[in-house]
Amino acid sequence: MGDWLSDLFSNPAITDRLPEATLETLLMVGWSALLAAVGGLPLGLWLHTTGPGGLRPRRSVNALLSLVVNVGRSLPFIILAIALIPFTRSVTGSALGWQAAVVPLTVGAIPFFARLVESAVREVPAGKVEAAQLAGASRAQILTGVLVRESLPGLVSGFTVTVIALVSYSAMAGAIGAGGLGFLAISYGYNRFQSDVMIVCVIVIVLLVQLLQTAGDLIARAVDHR
Amino acid sequence: MTDGIVLTGLRKVYPLRGGDVVALDGIDLRVPRGAIHGIVGESGAGKSTLVRCVTALERPTSGTVLVDGEAVDAAGERDLRRVRRRIGMVFQQVNLFDARTAAENIAYPLRIAKVPAARRRERVAELLDLVGLAGRGGSYPAQLSGGQKQRVGIARALAADPSVLLCDEPTSALDAATTRQILALIRDVRDRVGVTVLIITHEMSVVREVCDSVSLLDRGRIVEHGPIGEVVGRHGTRLARELIPLPVTADSTTVEAAFAVEHTGEVFRAIGGIDGVAVAAGTVETLGGVRVGRLRLDVAPDRRAAALAALRQAGLHVTVAPGEEAA
Ligand SMILES: Nc1ncnc2c1ncn2[C@@H]1O[C@H](COP(=O)(O)OP(=O)(O)O)[C@@H](O)[C@H]1O
Ligand SMILES: [Mg+2]
Repeated sequence: MGDWLSDLFSNPAITDRLPEATLETLLMVGWSALLAAVGGLPLGLWLHTTGPGGLRPRRSVNALLSLVVNVGRSLPFIILAIALIPFTRSVTGSALGWQAAVVPLTVGAIPFFARLVESAVREVPAGKVEAAQLAGASRAQILTGVLVRESLPGLVSGFTVTVIALVSYSAMAGAIGAGGLGFLAISYGYNRFQSDVMIVCVIVIVLLVQLLQTAGDLIARAVDHR
Repeated sequence: MTDGIVLTGLRKVYPLRGGDVVALDGIDLRVPRGAIHGIVGESGAGKSTLVRCVTALERPTSGTVLVDGEAVDAAGERDLRRVRRRIGMVFQQVNLFDARTAAENIAYPLRIAKVPAARRRERVAELLDLVGLAGRGGSYPAQLSGGQKQRVGIARALAADPSVLLCDEPTSALDAATTRQILALIRDVRDRVGVTVLIITHEMSVVREVCDSVSLLDRGRIVEHGPIGEVVGRHGTRLARELIPLPVTADSTTVEAAFAVEHTGEVFRAIGGIDGVAVAAGTVETLGGVRVGRLRLDVAPDRRAAALAALRQAGLHVTVAPGEEAA
């Protein structure tokens, strides 16, 4: 046991690479989560607004948006990442490194989060929207002041689910050269048979997910006044 | 003086695949400013559709809606938002914003109307006071009882000084004691602010408690209407029967009669002079400021025709209980 531990702390793959890989994972997940929120929130609201019973139902626009979102969600991430390589290269100048991984991660997470936004907003009772309409509120005012504000706990939960999905996607992205914990686990743990490296990476990922879920739940509860 | 609400030839048809649903079938209604008008009717009669047409949440298929002399149904989107500020609405489900405190809920229509913050605070305090919730402005809806939530709902509806207050089943989710308090509040608000009130309900007790006049809606049509004092004095009508129900008696009863209370003496003298007639049950209630009495009379079978003629002669409006005409 003691030997095994001291082995861990003397393994350069862990002492040198682990902090760096963790940071890369955090950057990858952080940036793509931010961009997914910026893209997914309006897309989800647009889906809801144009849908049946929305603020401005538009059958054909809604059908098109829905199709795009479904296609985005049904592609396995690894295929999306590979298919996007030319696009990624044109955006970041390279298909390797954590910066490059942000592109497919964001593209995959936007439709994912958009659906969660749509279902959270759908939970807002129509009567609250009517109360706002009777107060003379415009569509934009209802969107932000009623739909988003009243569904905030659901939006926070949906965002937490999205960020956690991004952590797992980011590990997959590691397999195709994105760096981070996924890459470390595969290149040392799998390719070089250092299963202790693999285990340590998995532990760090589990801790990260645990931390994100706890934080997400805390925030959701703090904004929930129901 | 213009009327608070005028509906003319209002029709609303929902086209459905299985055939059209005629929710409103030619409604004409006139509610004077400052009056409390009740609309009663069974579930599905079209009551909610009627208020929704007044707010233009629903577009009428045909007919016109005037609120304070201004057309609601023809208004474009911008005009509509302006006209809607003259309409306050109280919902059965209250529909408060859960993410906002009571004070923020009440302030919402003022915020939308761009009332400056200082004036908003003043007005919110005033309204909290009006609905008896002074000091509770910081509570979230989840921290309030059903009755308190409805008080906040009423304050929010009144915030922007509407000229018309629409209430769709405002007390249907509340217990009897809370219902009383909310109805008293609505009456009090009308007395103080002079707002025109339309109350939708399926409960006669609500009409009895608070309304000045009433319409009975049945399958999209108004089948009876008038000031309460007048409606209960009409005989054999559904509204009269339901507004002042007689106590149930064990014996077979035969006829019912209604009269204004100031005529009680004459009525009893007349009844006393008719052979074979006895009073089985009676009741007196004040409705819309008029005291009305109703009697249930037992009539001896062999004297029946003569007794009925004599009662009618005495100026009583007499109706024979359903099912007993043939007896
Ligand atoms: N959006 C709608 N689409 C189709 N039918 C409707 C709609 N709203 C109401 N109706 C129909 O109109 C009639 C009147 O409904 P409503 O006004 O809600 O009655 P009430 O409030 O008196 O119970 C009912 O037959 C109902 O099914
Ligand atoms: Mg209804």
